[in-house]
Amino acid sequence: MKAIEQSIVQEKINELANQDVYVHLETTNGAYASHFDEKAYNVGAFIRNAQVTYQHGKIVSTGGSYRVGLKLNLGWVYAEGVTDFEIDDKGRLLMAGHDREGRLMVALEISETPFSHEADVHE
Amino acid sequence: MSNQHVVVIFPHPDDESFGASGTISKFRAEGIPVTYLCGTLGEMGRNMGSPVFANRETLSSFRRQELTEAAKRLDIDVELLGYRDKTLEFEPKDEVADYLREKLEALRPSLVITHYPGYAVHPDHDALAAAVVAAIGQMKESVRPEVWMHAISNYHEEDLGEPDYIFDIEPYWEQKLAAIQAHLSQADGMMSLIDNHDQKSEQTARLKTERFYKWTFT
Repeated sequence: MKAIEQSIVQEKINELANQDVYVHLETTNGAYASHFDEKAYNVGAFIRNAQVTYQHGKIVSTGGSYRVGLKLNLGWVYAEGVTDFEIDDKGRLLMAGHDREGRLMVALEISETPFSHEADVHE
Repeated sequence: MSNQHVVVIFPHPDDESFGASGTISKFRAEGIPVTYLCGTLGEMGRNMGSPVFANRETLSSFRRQELTEAAKRLDIDVELLGYRDKTLEFEPKDEVADYLREKLEALRPSLVITHYPGYAVHPDHDALAAAVVAAIGQMKESVRPEVWMHAISNYHEEDLGEPDYIFDIEPYWEQKLAAIQAHLSQADGMMSLIDNHDQKSEQTARLKTERFYKWTFT
């Protein structure tokens, strides 16, 4: 992954609009958050292979990181704190936000084909 | 010795290195075979290497390679159970237990090492360990392996008391470090968890002893 280049990401978001796509959306502060800090709360959510069609999407700079919103016919997909991106060899738009130690805090990925469903031990 | 076989069952590549690799090395030094049944590929881990080299979609491939390397360094066999990281607690426990029992009946271990259900912090740890207990609980007493459990929650000793086995693994410290470092995407995160933690010396001391509770089937 590399630092977000807003225009490239925006172009890819536009390219993937108005068609069936698969989304991976995730945020987490880790399963050990309250183990190492009793005052912390464990929070996290992920949805993998949600099939959506978005009318349009936008990446917005917040100075330091980015927010990405995709407008669905009946709703929204949204991620905040995105810092890095990659368009991988499958043409998928992978975006993630990492903390100072390089740990993933948020991810938003958009693909024309489903993301791998489970650990494929025979791969 | 020849009829002994240790099977280690944890959900994530690196659980074996962090929690039991000193003990594993001790068994290997005694010529006892060790097999690691690894539940998932840790594909939802937060550590992506330092500097970051993995992404959410490539992490599983890295972690599979890292596990292979760690297993080589520890001289153990690995079998992947094929579950998905962070979802084990949502799988039907009976199905996981049946699958584990099938694996264990093929491997015929004399000892199984797993987490202590309810005292293992990560939901995958607790869920897989609970399925291990269910699986072994169904086995006939005559073939039932001994079960040792690794408890890691902060106040587990208040509930469980002192562990039944406390191994000083200082003699195997090099193997343990090598195994931990084989998990490249995780190693920095794991070491900084230790270094950054308030009780640095206590955490390091903890790593140099491995402690297990023996489970009693009633």
